[in-house]
Amino acid sequence: MTARDWKNLVLGSVLLGIAALLPLTGDAYAIALGVNIAMYGVLATSWALFSGPTHYISLATAAFFGVGTYVTASGIDVLPYWALPPLAGIIGGILAGIVGLATLRLSGVYFVIFTLGLAEMIRQIVTWWQNATGHKGSYVLTDLTENHIYWQLLGVAALVYLAGWAIGRSRLGFALRIIGDDEQVASHVGINTAVSKVALFIVPGAVAAIVGAMIAPRYIYIEPSTAFTPMLSFQVVIMAMLGGTGRLWGPIVGVIPFTLLWEVISVSFPNQTTLLLGLCFLLIVYLLPNGFVGLFEKIRARALSKEAYQ
Amino acid sequence: MRGGAQVLSLRGATKRFGGLVAVDGIDFDVHEHEVLGLIGPNGSGKSTTLNLISGALAPTSGTITLRGAPISGQPAREIARRGVARTFQLVRLLPSMTVLENVMAGAVFGHRRRWGHAAEAQALAVLEKVGLAGAAGSRVGQLTYIDTKRVELARALAGDPEVLLLDEWLAGLNPTELEQGIDLIHKLRDEGRTVVLVEHVMDAIRSLCDACVVMSSGRKIAEGTPSEVLSDPEVVRAYLGDDNA
Ligand SMILES: Nc1ncnc2c1ncn2[C@@H]1O[C@H](COP(=O)(O)OP(=O)(O)O)[C@@H](O)[C@H]1O
Ligand SMILES: [Mg+2]
Repeated sequence: MTARDWKNLVLGSVLLGIAALLPLTGDAYAIALGVNIAMYGVLATSWALFSGPTHYISLATAAFFGVGTYVTASGIDVLPYWALPPLAGIIGGILAGIVGLATLRLSGVYFVIFTLGLAEMIRQIVTWWQNATGHKGSYVLTDLTENHIYWQLLGVAALVYLAGWAIGRSRLGFALRIIGDDEQVASHVGINTAVSKVALFIVPGAVAAIVGAMIAPRYIYIEPSTAFTPMLSFQVVIMAMLGGTGRLWGPIVGVIPFTLLWEVISVSFPNQTTLLLGLCFLLIVYLLPNGFVGLFEKIRARALSKEAYQ
Repeated sequence: MRGGAQVLSLRGATKRFGGLVAVDGIDFDVHEHEVLGLIGPNGSGKSTTLNLISGALAPTSGTITLRGAPISGQPAREIARRGVARTFQLVRLLPSMTVLENVMAGAVFGHRRRWGHAAEAQALAVLEKVGLAGAAGSRVGQLTYIDTKRVELARALAGDPEVLLLDEWLAGLNPTELEQGIDLIHKLRDEGRTVVLVEHVMDAIRSLCDACVVMSSGRKIAEGTPSEVLSDPEVVRAYLGDDNA
């Protein structure tokens, strides 16, 4: 590890440590916001690990998240809670592997549509199964508080950052960047593009399922329309793009302001959320095509070139 | 003089695009340390032949072997690992990466795989060889045309391939650059590399190639040393059209 790696590791740990102190404030509203930020932060960061370098826009987050919530909903009476998030991760990872194998040959817009349809399809299957068996929804009753959920999510965040850091330094991470730039060049230098893409597509799938499993106790009552809400997939994409996917720290920089903004929107305009989400998306794509990361890099490049002329 | 061991062989290699037979039963061998020129008029099937060898396209029929082992129909990544590296007729670089990273792509995933410092050292050594030692940190968008071609060549060389396929690597260069380019390929030849060269520049063919295969409308119409094939009346006819023959 280089000196810069150590610096980043220390900086990251300190920031995470400070974030972990939030529940000590005892401010229920702040903690609830903190859970949202941690949840979207984990989802957006893991989403960007795959979609950042490859430019494949995945709208499958809700599918994996929903599967995770249902792992908790159906497992809570049989298994101890601590076993459920890891189990959800395994199931989400396997599902992502299958979906990846089936879809990553699709290009561009077909991939987007398929991943969007996936969440809807699984939602329909769960609804059908519930109707067939006479269930309507499931209760998840635990003694977990918001604080517990928050700390669990921070733990996952730490793992996601470590995984992202390791992938960024691995052959796999390099392969994905090459694939994102030019898939034909990638295969002509000897990269197994299908295996590389599927391997990395599994990461956000597993993570979203874990997050779903951890959030389930917060919902208390689980039903398909909340567990598989497509809104979640779009929010994750928008936040990651607002922050920028070129750097590991990019998505969280988008998640924090967007979650706060979303809080205002859903309180003040509860009936126009979808419309405003679409508007946010257009604004980001037009004004900040590379997110805050791109903006930061542009400013830094300008500062550097100014220095060079002096 | 064609002494070395056979590295690459094509037997009856054929590619159809619908009704069009772009490559029609091509046979030829490439020997070790040999520069083979693949020449012919535009549209005669040269690039398609390279695509069949590199695995960009699967042959409709026929076999291609690398050191005796069949590679035809294998995916491009497998053929690259076995030791075939190429450049493209229209240069393809990795736009988001530096020159060094572009070349490391070849060093990390190519025929001979390296990682970390070894891959970086290999990429720098190859960059030096193609005359780009100072440009390692540049973005590819800042490069001149010949330098983009150099980067692509360096990427192909970085994996220590058994065979190098160059598709019109000298095309589009101005006279000064052309001279530098020919010198560079001479250097590769002197190192004993095995190269298949698709080329239009006659001076380059004469001075670089040990052997030539001439294609016209997908078929091989002549084979031999450059001076033999370039004085062959059928080759002259193919290039100039029947009226001039
Ligand atoms: N992917 C393709 N689909 C259909 N036709 C193609 C394709 N690639 C090449 N061709 C056709 O095959 C013929 C040979 O092309 P090419 O190999 O590029 O010739 P050359 O490199 O000798 O100029 C041309 O008629 C070209 O139009
Ligand atoms: Mg061509």
